[in-house]
Amino acid sequence: MTQATPRRANRREFVARLLAGVPDALVITGLGSATYDVFAAQDRDHNYYLWGAMGGAAPMGLGLALAQPDRPVVVITGDGEHLMGIGSLATIGAKQPKNLTVVILDNGHFGETGMQRSHSSLGTDLVAVAKGFGIADAFTVDTLAGCDDVVHRIQARAGVAYAQIFIEADEPPRALPPRDGPFIKNRFRVALGLQPF
Amino acid sequence: MSPSSTTAPAWQEAVFKVLKQGGVRQIAYVPDAGHSHAIRSAIADPDIEDIVLTTEEEGVALVCGAWLGGQRAVLLMQSSGVGNCVNMFSLLQAADFPFFTLVTMRGEYAEFNPWQGPMGKATQAALELMGIHVLRVSHPDEAEEIISAGFDAAFEAGEKVAVLLGQNLIGRKKWERN
Repeated sequence: MTQATPRRANRREFVARLLAGVPDALVITGLGSATYDVFAAQDRDHNYYLWGAMGGAAPMGLGLALAQPDRPVVVITGDGEHLMGIGSLATIGAKQPKNLTVVILDNGHFGETGMQRSHSSLGTDLVAVAKGFGIADAFTVDTLAGCDDVVHRIQARAGVAYAQIFIEADEPPRALPPRDGPFIKNRFRVALGLQPF
Repeated sequence: MSPSSTTAPAWQEAVFKVLKQGGVRQIAYVPDAGHSHAIRSAIADPDIEDIVLTTEEEGVALVCGAWLGGQRAVLLMQSSGVGNCVNMFSLLQAADFPFFTLVTMRGEYAEFNPWQGPMGKATQAALELMGIHVLRVSHPDEAEEIISAGFDAAFEAGEKVAVLLGQNLIGRKKWERN
């Protein structure tokens, strides 16, 4: 089966442009390459990097978005991580948090484990799935310039949005953020002005 | 809808009382009859977000996201859901998040359905294997104290706590429809 689209963005360029456009957004990253992409673009106190908990990025973003309704929240994850927790899109569709945007970096493969093909290059249409779960503002992006549409949605906080980004199935150099979960948790909370218990 | 407070068992009212007085702002759940009062109360409360999940492990990640954003959130589920959560419990340990869940038990007392047995009997051990402290309520008159004790351990000391609501507390499930 051929790829669904011939045009694809470079993942590192895309994520760098996205983060540059949303300086105040709270970001949750899914394990694997999405975590590396976000760290490579810009390490910020209000990034939360997952190194495990596969399938958990989107529901974690939902809990954060409900807790911080006045801040834009962005989940940036890969197609494989996302598919493991795909039901969480139904949960997000039920809640419709206006300040949450889910960004899927879709290379159609499990990049971390040897580039095995994933469902999104074997027949799954993620935008149709998102729409089916009640997320009306779901769309694809296949160019770097298309990043600006995603930035606009994030900044507007006018409704939950879902962006499937077709990216090249390459393997950029590793860029490894801290693996110390309590450190990145506490750093994140301090950035929001929250106190220790 | 008639006020649920007039019909729910006292121990179910104690559950929501502890959560509300403890400042919980998000209640995530996969439904169970034993949680019905807390779920109804959450839906009716303008200060609490009720979040229905497709599977329980979503709730583990969701309550961590809420804590990251400064809110207390709890997970309500049935014992079968604990099995769905096992790998996601890693998040609690790896990042040391506070965690509080209430688990209605099946498969342990006057159980009618054999399909509830395997996970029900493994629930406490599965939680403990993943580093979660387990408390249990068996009698209605101890419900508020034990639930409150677990809640405080979670949100005052940062512990990961599950309170099992025993099947003998909940009562026998009625299988006949009249």
